[in-house]
Amino acid sequence: MNLSLLILLPLLTAVAIIPLKGAKPVRVISLISSSLQLLLAFALLYFYWDERSAGNTATMLFESNYAWYASLHINYHVGVDGISIAMILLTSFVVLAGVLVSWNVEKLSKEFFFLLLFLSVGAYGFFISLDLFTLFFFLEVAVIPKFLLIGIWGSGKKEYSAMKLALMLMAGSALVFVGLIGLYLNTNAGNGQHTFDILQIAQMNIPLSAQKFFFPFAFAGFGIFGALFPFHTWVPDGHSSAPTAASMFLAGISMKLGGYGCLRMATFLMPEAAHQYSWIIIVLASIAILYGAFATMMQTDLKYINAYSSVSHCGFVLLGIGMLTKTAITGAVMQMVSHGLMTALFFAGIGMIYDRTHTRQLSQLGGLLKVMPFISTVFVIAGLCSLGLPGFSGFVAEVTVFMGGWSHEGADNFYRIVTIIACASIVVTAVYILRAVGKAIMGPLASNDHSLLTDAKWNERWAAALLIIGIVAIGIAPFWLNDLVTPATETIVNKISAIVK
Amino acid sequence: MNYSSYIALIPLLPLASFAVLGLFGKKYFKNLSGIIGCLVLLTSTLLSLYAAYHYFFVDGKINGSYQTLIPLKYTWLSFSDSLSIDMGIILDPISVMMLVVVTFVSLMVHIFSLGYMKGEERFGTYYSFLSLFTFSMLGLVVASNIFQIYIFWELVGVSSYLLIGFYYDRPSAVAASKKAFIVTRFADLGFLVGILILGFQSETLDFNTLIQRLTDIHSPQLLAIASTSFLGISLLTWALTLVFIGGAGKSAMFPLHIWLPDAMEGPTPVSALIHAATMVVAGVYLVARLFPVFHINEASLHVVTWVGAVSAFLAAVIACTQTDIKRVLAYSTMSQIGYMMFALGVSGYGGENARLTDAVGQGLGYTASMFHLFTHAFFKSLLFLCAGAVIHIVHSNDMKDMGGLRKLMPITSIAFLIACLAIAGIPPFAGFFSKEEILMAAWQNHPAIYYIGLITSGITAFYMFRLYFSIFWNRTPDSQLTTPLAADRVPPSALAVGQGLPKAQHHSEGTLSMKLPLVILAIGTLLVGFIPFSKFISPDGKPFVSEMHLTFSIVPVAIATIGIFIAYRLYFRRSDRPEKLAAALGGLYNAAYRKFYIDEIYLFITKKIIFNLVGKPAAWIDRNIVDGTMNGIAWTTGRISVLIKGVQSGRVQSYALYFFGGIVVLIIVFLYLWK
Amino acid sequence: MSDVPISHILFVSTALFFIGMYGLFTRRNMITMLMAIELILNSVNINFVVFNKYLYPENLDGIFFTIFIITIAAAEAAVAIAIIINLYRSHRSIDVENAGEMKW
Repeated sequence: MNLSLLILLPLLTAVAIIPLKGAKPVRVISLISSSLQLLLAFALLYFYWDERSAGNTATMLFESNYAWYASLHINYHVGVDGISIAMILLTSFVVLAGVLVSWNVEKLSKEFFFLLLFLSVGAYGFFISLDLFTLFFFLEVAVIPKFLLIGIWGSGKKEYSAMKLALMLMAGSALVFVGLIGLYLNTNAGNGQHTFDILQIAQMNIPLSAQKFFFPFAFAGFGIFGALFPFHTWVPDGHSSAPTAASMFLAGISMKLGGYGCLRMATFLMPEAAHQYSWIIIVLASIAILYGAFATMMQTDLKYINAYSSVSHCGFVLLGIGMLTKTAITGAVMQMVSHGLMTALFFAGIGMIYDRTHTRQLSQLGGLLKVMPFISTVFVIAGLCSLGLPGFSGFVAEVTVFMGGWSHEGADNFYRIVTIIACASIVVTAVYILRAVGKAIMGPLASNDHSLLTDAKWNERWAAALLIIGIVAIGIAPFWLNDLVTPATETIVNKISAIVK
Repeated sequence: MNYSSYIALIPLLPLASFAVLGLFGKKYFKNLSGIIGCLVLLTSTLLSLYAAYHYFFVDGKINGSYQTLIPLKYTWLSFSDSLSIDMGIILDPISVMMLVVVTFVSLMVHIFSLGYMKGEERFGTYYSFLSLFTFSMLGLVVASNIFQIYIFWELVGVSSYLLIGFYYDRPSAVAASKKAFIVTRFADLGFLVGILILGFQSETLDFNTLIQRLTDIHSPQLLAIASTSFLGISLLTWALTLVFIGGAGKSAMFPLHIWLPDAMEGPTPVSALIHAATMVVAGVYLVARLFPVFHINEASLHVVTWVGAVSAFLAAVIACTQTDIKRVLAYSTMSQIGYMMFALGVSGYGGENARLTDAVGQGLGYTASMFHLFTHAFFKSLLFLCAGAVIHIVHSNDMKDMGGLRKLMPITSIAFLIACLAIAGIPPFAGFFSKEEILMAAWQNHPAIYYIGLITSGITAFYMFRLYFSIFWNRTPDSQLTTPLAADRVPPSALAVGQGLPKAQHHSEGTLSMKLPLVILAIGTLLVGFIPFSKFISPDGKPFVSEMHLTFSIVPVAIATIGIFIAYRLYFRRSDRPEKLAAALGGLYNAAYRKFYIDEIYLFITKKIIFNLVGKPAAWIDRNIVDGTMNGIAWTTGRISVLIKGVQSGRVQSYALYFFGGIVVLIIVFLYLWK
Repeated sequence: MSDVPISHILFVSTALFFIGMYGLFTRRNMITMLMAIELILNSVNINFVVFNKYLYPENLDGIFFTIFIITIAAAEAAVAIAIIINLYRSHRSIDVENAGEMKW
């Protein structure tokens, strides 16, 4: 199973749509391509399960390694484990849903789909990279298209939001780069050679002083991507001004680049430093969870509500990573997948509402269940998943993080109290979700014009159905995701506990 | 035939019904959805009855006690080697009993709704939500893992949310559904933390193993949890109290009861099912499920007892003043659940040392609580369905608009009377037997609670018959339904909301589908009192003998009769005696009418304190300080750029000057400083 | 010739150099700036000749440099005048302050 197919497919599609004229062929080809990506992701899952049940216990499967820039020891090294596959599945779901939702983009539609496909190249490449430089390369590929997508096709304060997002993410990349180079220069792959290869670095002992110095750079850098408090302020403006598909991708996948990077690069390769700094990460993450939830409660714009709630939910990811127990990290990965699907669904629903009513303000919306039952149901399902209702994926992820946090060794009251603070967020989340649902979906109609609105069209129905299937699949049968991810987290945690002892 | 072949069908059939009716009900089935829902429920009820028969009579006792069986178990989400959430079905006396209660009452409500909700546009959606609720409640009662019960707990909460907010275009219904969900969510937070503590300390999430480890005095887990303390209270007490808070929220115990009266915004059959017979007893069921662990921890049992007793008394007092008939019934539910709670609190737990004839020591409180749950399901759902029938005709919830309806609705009137007699505890109706046992258990263990229970039962009899007389008597049958009944000095109740939108206008008692459940439930209320409950249900599975003590029963029955008599004097005929009494009681009456201002306190705390002092600052800080810092960095960069850009002046001579200056600096450096 | 100390002549050339620099930095008329540049070049020429004459009288290297510089100065003056003429055609002025398009 050649992993580079994941990168080549969207890349070739992006190139192929350049010479096309007219919106229709562009859309059709993008749709075919993203469907193929989804099939490819499932095929990957199937082959992965096959290999694992045949007894292959290698850390990474389907590896391929090509020298890229030999003198600096940069290789194109790719491979997958359970966590990567979960993220690849997530990406393929969200990209396909995004393509479907953007069916009716009229302005410069060719460029829009080109940028969307380019984003997915970056995301897939990031998740399969096993070489630090390649990882960074794909991270950068994913930043500029976002700037263009928000700045051109967005709404509201789009230029300001696009600029803010791009600059803050670039700052994050810069910090990651510093951490990366620092790590590189401290590796010793025999004969004083350095290496960028993740698997090789994982076997080495990086000197503690170097780890303590560079870990904050790497973690803060990826943390900016993953909405670490206090660097999360690009999220509300960026997500709210972006067009629907871009919001879905941003919140669904982009923020996960941060979480994945924190896990794969910062925590896996610098475990001592991760252990020493874990209390800071835990404190910042729990602030993000609860403070984000309270800030969401006061918002009046639907997209801002969802954006701030993304800050709160992504706090769970960082909390899980900070706790450094197997259960907590598995919970963090599950939360990445679950939140990605859920927030994509939520943004899709909000986008559908905005397209029809041209307003996102709660004060101007009401009683939409009467005129748009499908979209309203989508909205309610997304809301219920967000507040962690069992039967949807959000509950599974949150509960795993709570258990992981509670079972932290040390039986110290600090970890228990932090876990209780994280648990308290379920009440605040319920408040703001039900407030939004009660105002926008239920109640009387806000204006008579709204009674003429139409319900979802075929493309919107398929997009929503796809994401709901994903959410429900994890919510009702979490064991498949758990079994996929747990061996990979065990590898990471074993490394940490070996060192901590 | 073993259980695993059919037991899973009992909850899964309603789930299938939910999915089918939810997805296709609106377009394809419409009126058929009701029939489908009823048929599915009928199947589940028959299967539950069969399971009960199988469990109690075919399997019967082994070594003198009923066994706890787990026919099905599947690992759902595994956290570590010892901790995992397993989905399983547990069969023990109380879960089998609850299966019967839930399916039976749900069936009655399904049948009643065929007539009540006829003509409703979202008929299919209504039945799909009812099925969802039934599935969730059944899953809750057979849960074998503490996280599994939490999962179904939340599902029950969301079904309740959907059903309370069924008439969604009414802002009051939307607000009520939100309130119910959020109050119970807050309680669920306590439940969740309690689960985390219990699960982690006993190193298992499975009920059986957990109970076993925490009740065996030699087990290391019990030692650890009992000796660790936080803020001076042992961890076991914390865990159990937090779990109880979860139960208290769902069961509308004081002070988490504020959602229950507002929940009456939902359609009346929903109130009968959820807020009378099934969901609200979930808290009682949870305490009963964990009873062995509660029993060894005195402190948490005290909490249970007193919360139950206070709720029972408080609700009874408030119910005396309310004029919306559904709210009277809601408060009455809260009061009766209070009885069930404190019965658990004062219960003993059988063991090797207790004598078989010492009923109380054997766990009479526990059995009485479960018995009361069983009988209460019958007469409370009967009361609500009768209220539904009345509302259906009168198109109003308020007692002021009713009176003299007994000629118009004979069957409803008789059924209501039977239920009122049952709830007042008059023999030989069902409530008498269960209440007796509760009061007996209280008398033996905690006399103060006994007196509270006694006074409350008097008040109960009073307000229930106030309700009965006000609806069905109180004026000559052919007068108009316009003159008010209750005290004028109290402003028109904002609580009386016109009930929803049934399209059909009946001037008779209602269709057969609405009368049949009333008759069946009334017959049930007459008969179930005679079931020798202690032969089946007891805390440790060993049945015991409990006898009726006639001398003991005289006092409660007498007090109840006095209550009925007072109600008769005040409300049988139209008079101004109620107003005079209300005026005489003055401030106390007002406070009770305003539900002791508890709602206002909550509103104050949430709006003024949480929103203004926590939420707004959080949003403000984020917008202005955190984001402000980012914007500030950008602004500073801009300012520096403006300052520096002056260098690029476009004037060649300046460039030449800088050029020469640089050369001079370099010459100095290279000649004198570079060594 | 050798009675005049070298420092006197170097003083003259230095003075010429700084006068030329002053003129280059402060004059607004481009032709005048050109004249100042010529001054600078000539001061350099004097330096070369002087050092040649006083330090290495047998060689003629300094004189060769001077001839080169005079030639190049002439060519450079021609190019500079051509640029000034072009600037005049677009700006209608030979004031160097008016040619500030490279400003931020």
